[in-house]
Amino acid sequence: MDINRLYAMARQLRLDVLEMTTLARSGHPSSCFSATEIVTALYFGGLLRYRPHDPRWPGRDRFIMSKGHAAPLLYAALAHAGYFDRSLLWTLRQIDSPLQGHPIQALLPGVEATTGSLGQGLSVGLGHVLGGRLNGLDYRVFVLLGDGECQAGQVWEAAMAAAHFRADRLIAIVDYNKFQETGPIAREMALEPLAAKWESFGWSVLEMDGHDMAAVMATLTESARPPRPGRPTVVIAHTVKGKGVSFVEADYTFHGRALTPEQAARAREELMR
Amino acid sequence: MIQTVAIAQTPGEARRLGARAGLPPATKPLRDVFGEALLEVATHNPRVVVLDGDLGNSTKAETVRHAFPERFFNIGIAESNLVGVAAGLAACGFIPWITSFSSFLLCNAYDQLRLAVAMSNINAKILGSHGGITLGKDGPTQMGIEDFALVGGLPTVVMLVPCDAAAMKAAVRAATDYVGPVWLRSSRVALPPVYPADGCPFTIGKANCLRQGDDVTLIACGIMVAAALDAAAVLADEGIEARVLDLHTLRPLDVEAIVAAAVETGAIVTAEEHLLTGGMGSNVARIVAQHRPVPMRFVGLADTYTESAEPDELLRKYHLTADDIVTAARAAVRAKGKR
Repeated sequence: MDINRLYAMARQLRLDVLEMTTLARSGHPSSCFSATEIVTALYFGGLLRYRPHDPRWPGRDRFIMSKGHAAPLLYAALAHAGYFDRSLLWTLRQIDSPLQGHPIQALLPGVEATTGSLGQGLSVGLGHVLGGRLNGLDYRVFVLLGDGECQAGQVWEAAMAAAHFRADRLIAIVDYNKFQETGPIAREMALEPLAAKWESFGWSVLEMDGHDMAAVMATLTESARPPRPGRPTVVIAHTVKGKGVSFVEADYTFHGRALTPEQAARAREELMR
Repeated sequence: MIQTVAIAQTPGEARRLGARAGLPPATKPLRDVFGEALLEVATHNPRVVVLDGDLGNSTKAETVRHAFPERFFNIGIAESNLVGVAAGLAACGFIPWITSFSSFLLCNAYDQLRLAVAMSNINAKILGSHGGITLGKDGPTQMGIEDFALVGGLPTVVMLVPCDAAAMKAAVRAATDYVGPVWLRSSRVALPPVYPADGCPFTIGKANCLRQGDDVTLIACGIMVAAALDAAAVLADEGIEARVLDLHTLRPLDVEAIVAAAVETGAIVTAEEHLLTGGMGSNVARIVAQHRPVPMRFVGLADTYTESAEPDELLRKYHLTADDIVTAARAAVRAKGKR
């Protein structure tokens, strides 16, 4: 696998997200940037099997963006993966566009679940795994969760049920960027010990640096194997909110707001370096 | 033990719901009929899967657990997860029946019903069991008296309220055949047969006219259909001929039948085992007000919770009887004269 090619794609996705949210004058670019290497590895590192021209191919691997506010990142990845024309990206959040502020299932090819009220994606992913089992298909389901999202009770309902149903084709990835809307996770509603929580729910736990592409590829590949047959796997990805743009990394209040055109120009410059 | 429902203050056989309308006694709780109907559609359609919130023995969804264990999932006491898992199964081409008590599903999983079911417009079916107050002694925490209002807030979801065993069987078939999300209310009690066994004409969105009349129309759903037929019999003795509509579909509403009732009978009474606020009557009134305003009266629950008691005691105390419909109909007919 050409790691440099993946880094180049990650940079392109960040640039597209920046362009989309700046044009839309709204959105959550910093939440997209923390998850960019993860989504890049999944779609362009050969981890997901998919057919962009047959988006509902029953045997496809599923990716569910449970942290729905990172929709622009999902849309950019789907466009580059060939699901639809990239020019559609510039219609994000505009009237009559299928690119809703948060993803709506099947409104756009490749969007597997309606998300945006946090906590829901893992349950839907478990349903896909159980459906695959009934259909005799061996696909995998990756669900990307926000760290703040792990405060929602439904996540743990799904975690309990996935272990109960031995859903070892279900892989949760936690984008652990350490910040939620109003501040640092540790200050607002602490998650630690996060790995121990998942472990105690019967999951295999892997951890990785979510921006080191080689580590992301290796860890996600391991997660799909899975490490312990019969157990679902969670990958805790240690990430940086706003990764790639220094003044966004330094200020968590960028959550939920787009950059001004001037800020975007500076950000573009940093990303192009 | 079969829980039958009595009406009114009159003694003996005449107290039985449906007696004055000449309906035979109820024989089987509606939830048992649901269990049989669910098993029937699961037998005929291998895409049907059933999800349970650990109440399959109460909702009677357990019939499928016994017959097709691989297509039955007890998700446990976790309604939010239950609905999400169902959405995933629907995306895989299955027809999930989401089953639990109405109150638990709607109140624990409304967010999931909103995003994963209604907004995603998936092909899921939702059984809201123990609707209304007639579950009786388990009390108001378990009663689903706000389901019409809450499902009303899910704009893509069809809403069905069968009034007897034949209607329940037909509704389960119709819901399964329909492509898209459907809510179905079930009840713990046995309801007297309004239709012959397997003889309920059931088209989603098309009300059934059970009795012709020109003086007033009684529009009812669920248990209140039999009460409306009783009321019509009483009113006939007074010279008031009531039309009776079984409004088994609350969305989409049968606008044509409602407007015809207003135009042709000039007065309308609605009757529902639900809160008046946000209920069937308020939606019927919206149609009537827009197309042909006529006097209306509303039988349903005032802004109140109820209590633990026998179903017939509750129906009397909270004014959901044939006698209450009769009183309302007299008032509506009188108001018509004053126009």
